[in-house]
Amino acid sequence: MTVTKGHKGNRHNPGMALDVAMFDGHAVNTSAVARRAASLTARRSVKGAWQAAWLINAIRCMDLTTLAGDDTPARVARLCAKARQPLAPDLLTALGLAEMPLTVGAVCVYPTLVADAVRALAGSGVPVASVATGFPAGLMPLPLRLAEIRYAVEQGAAEIDIVITRAHVLSRDWVALYDEVAAMREACGPAHLKAILATGDLASLRNVHAASMVAMQAGADFIKTSTGKEGVNATLPVGLVMTRAIRDYHTATGHIVGFKPAGGMKTARDALAWQILMREELGRDWLSPELFRLGASSMLGDIERQLSHHATGRYSAAHRHAIA
Amino acid sequence: MTDIAEILDRMEYGPAPEGPGIAQDWLARHADGFGHFIAGRFADPGGLFDVTNPATGDVLARVTQGTTEDVDAAVRAARAAQPGWAKLPGHERARHLYALARHIQQHARLLAVLETLDNGKPIRESRDIDLPLVVRHFYHHAGWAAVLEDEFPAHTPHGVCGQIIPWNFPLLMLAWKVAPALAAGNTVVLKPAEYTPLTALAFAQIAQECGLPKGVLNIVTGDGATGAGLVAHPGVDKIAFTGSTAVGREIRRTTAGSGKALTLELGGKSPFIVFADADLDSAVEGVVDGVWFNQGEVCCAGTRILVAEAVAERFEARLRARLEHLRTGDPLDKCTDVGAIVHPVQLDRIRTLVGQGLTEGAELVQGTAPAEGCFYPPTLVTGVHPASVLAQEEIFGPVVTLTPFRTPDDAVALANNTRYGLAASVWSESVNLALECATRVRAGVVWINGANLFDAGAPFGGMRESGFGREGGRTGLTAYLRSPAPTDKRKPVAAPPAPDPLPDAGAGYGNGVDRTAKLYIGGRQVRPDGGYSYPVAGVKARAGLAGLGNRKDIRSAVEAAHKASAWAAQTGHARAQVLYYMAENLSARAPEFAARLQGMGQSAARARAEVDHAVRRIFWYAAQADKLDGGVHSTTAKHLTLTLREPLGVVGIACPVASPLLGLISLVLPAVAMGNRVVAVPSQTAPLAATDLYQVFDTSDLPGGVINIVTGAREELTRTLAEHDDVDAMWYVGTADGARMVEAASAGNLKQTWTEAEGARDWTGTHGRGRDFLLRATQIKTVWLPYGE
Repeated sequence: MTVTKGHKGNRHNPGMALDVAMFDGHAVNTSAVARRAASLTARRSVKGAWQAAWLINAIRCMDLTTLAGDDTPARVARLCAKARQPLAPDLLTALGLAEMPLTVGAVCVYPTLVADAVRALAGSGVPVASVATGFPAGLMPLPLRLAEIRYAVEQGAAEIDIVITRAHVLSRDWVALYDEVAAMREACGPAHLKAILATGDLASLRNVHAASMVAMQAGADFIKTSTGKEGVNATLPVGLVMTRAIRDYHTATGHIVGFKPAGGMKTARDALAWQILMREELGRDWLSPELFRLGASSMLGDIERQLSHHATGRYSAAHRHAIA
Repeated sequence: MTDIAEILDRMEYGPAPEGPGIAQDWLARHADGFGHFIAGRFADPGGLFDVTNPATGDVLARVTQGTTEDVDAAVRAARAAQPGWAKLPGHERARHLYALARHIQQHARLLAVLETLDNGKPIRESRDIDLPLVVRHFYHHAGWAAVLEDEFPAHTPHGVCGQIIPWNFPLLMLAWKVAPALAAGNTVVLKPAEYTPLTALAFAQIAQECGLPKGVLNIVTGDGATGAGLVAHPGVDKIAFTGSTAVGREIRRTTAGSGKALTLELGGKSPFIVFADADLDSAVEGVVDGVWFNQGEVCCAGTRILVAEAVAERFEARLRARLEHLRTGDPLDKCTDVGAIVHPVQLDRIRTLVGQGLTEGAELVQGTAPAEGCFYPPTLVTGVHPASVLAQEEIFGPVVTLTPFRTPDDAVALANNTRYGLAASVWSESVNLALECATRVRAGVVWINGANLFDAGAPFGGMRESGFGREGGRTGLTAYLRSPAPTDKRKPVAAPPAPDPLPDAGAGYGNGVDRTAKLYIGGRQVRPDGGYSYPVAGVKARAGLAGLGNRKDIRSAVEAAHKASAWAAQTGHARAQVLYYMAENLSARAPEFAARLQGMGQSAARARAEVDHAVRRIFWYAAQADKLDGGVHSTTAKHLTLTLREPLGVVGIACPVASPLLGLISLVLPAVAMGNRVVAVPSQTAPLAATDLYQVFDTSDLPGGVINIVTGAREELTRTLAEHDDVDAMWYVGTADGARMVEAASAGNLKQTWTEAEGARDWTGTHGRGRDFLLRATQIKTVWLPYGE
């Protein structure tokens, strides 16, 4: 699939009216999806310089995240420092990328830490993403959730990672889900809306597909798998269903929506697997930070070690790389 | 160093080759050529032919063309080793098979790379699919060896097995053949395909490494002539063949009358049915796994996509998009989806068939493939009609047709519109629809919402002209075991003389009202088409006249039998009710039947005993009608794997001359109890007990056409049945010549046969009935139903 030039950059998904026919009765066969997910990464392999490039791309697409109860401004500042310079200059030089302005895709924090992050990232070009809407469960009155979005945007967040009300999906109340996300979309103003579906709570891949479609119809710019707090976070089968929904939505409307797996991804191998999924299901255009983000906190360390191995031929140690 | 910045722009996969170094070292070590593996050692090479890498055309190795003498030496080695191997306790054989499994695992990458070099299949497939299945097969059968004596008491191995395997899954087909044969106590002479003998030779070395006793495994390389020599060798007790239907037919003819056991796993043109409620994206992946797997060189490939009109357009669009993303090329590259076609000869065949399809109006959508080398792009064909060569012929390439259907009935009709019956793929989210379709499709294996799912514990094999016999699981093992044979060996009985249709002025016919014994077709008594009758000898006077049936009567009877297909759909209980009723009515008329038997020459005591046995036998099969269960098999996680025991269809049965009532009952009853319809040729010389049964059938609510009886010349009527392409099986009790004729004539549609010399079995004894009869009256359909939410 090719994205028409000019749609990139600051594009928004304009959404559409709720159209249940686009997902109602849509079959998703769980075991067949699991088989495809398993063979996806067995069918493709990136080695040598290609692997190094794909890992660099993973960094470009990474939402470097901290969402812990003990987050502090200092912790966020440290994370932002890593976001500005994810790889040591000597490593970049060894990879032949000394001239490349490499940063992560965004830094993702709680709303109360947005201002700290914005300060720490000033001039870097790295956007700040904020979770909002009563993250992670979302079980707060809607006005408060919308107010939280506005607060985060006011604080300088360029991207808002909202959570949906899982109950609307489980009870198949698509109107309520659509209205909720549409209201959040409006509250985001110029900021991008990333809709976290919390797929680990949704019980079936059919529900994942339906929730994806409703979120996109309501104007989500990205759909995102998980908060990182559910029992099961980003899995390839879920990713497969969500990317196929993005493809179908694009085919039906021409609108482009990004994808963000989040939670549970820790290794360079994961970074490659998710990119292979994107390349196979959606095409090269979905391997850019405008349309693809990896929500992760510890993955970067493993990627650094792998890149170091590529550059030096020796296996590296975690303590030789600056932590976030 | 390749410029990472440049790669970052296009984000391509780049080369990811599997290193062939170790496999090449192995080949270099055998640069002088490979000899056969006979009696535990590699013979000196001789008469070498080249084995090539289809991806590059390079010569990989030189291998010996097996001669008649080579085959003979291998069979003698296998024969010498067989008694000792069979005598080993199961545990000891299990340890050998276990060691083979272990060592294959330890050499897995070498074998995978070698397979890919030799066959052209992508390394991903040889590494992730073939080798794990090979290992699993040996483990599974190590288990069977260990429990054989407990699970199959009184069964014996066949002896020496001649096994001929194809080039599409060289090592996997070896495993499917060798593991069960050895587990059951047979020894083996295996001939790998001439295009792909290398992994078999590597396997022979592994067997040496494991200390497999000499002569238990013998491998003779060569082409079809070597294989034909093995098939014809009188020292071979069982032939197992996987390959084309044409060669399978030839083997059936060659082995006719030889007494060799035979299993055939042949070609296919399997349907891939997509219903409107299917997960279309997953079904598209099913096509990838079904026909764009192993370059489409898969006997069970779902090469005929049948898609519901309601979703046909959407499905086709998705399939076209998917096709574009397939990567055809270097089989050793880990990013390759479709590798090289095994040999230029096969590539030519694919091109020729597709060319013919184009002239018939087919339209092609093709992916990409390297211009140089033995490659063919994955291909979707639309605009084909059922009569098109591309819809009929097995192509054995990455070519799939797409045809819309209107209704589920339409789908089943299109699916079954083929000579083959190997596999089927059914895609629907409705368990009702999927299972309904699975039961109606004529195929040995049905995958619901999946394609090409395999496991050592699940029987695999075909119906119709896809062959007979199963591989895998308990059923597969029985193909390598002989069940306890009847012990009442008597003298063979000669064929009866030809019936004489001329009136005999000297014969008297007794004093009663004259009775006319007609034929019984479709539940009605009908006069023979030819209008002739023949006399039936009696004690003092003639017993009467019987209709002299001819080939047209057989034709009518087979048609009537097909019309009675509802019998197969009845419950076992419902069939049992009819059969019990039949016993009841026969019992009520026992004196009359005894008198009839007496009138045709039996003593009063024997006649009474035969009728009594007949009543008991009917009871026994009525009892069995609802008891031959299918199974649920232990395969892969969350894959419900079922076997259904389905009737064969229409069974021709030629009955022995002696035991005119009990012989017929003993053969017909197991067939109908399992849901088959029968065309029986009763005792030629004493048919009147059979013709008297018409009234018993009529009064027992037996639906018309379930049992049809054509009296007359047994050998002539049998030939018509055996040659009939719409008869699914032929059972024959008679002479050795007749058995040979039946087996040879059955090659036409590869119907299953069961032949036996009259006199081998005492119908009144325990060998006159049994589970074996029921097993022969049924065929296995394996249904895979993956589940999970």
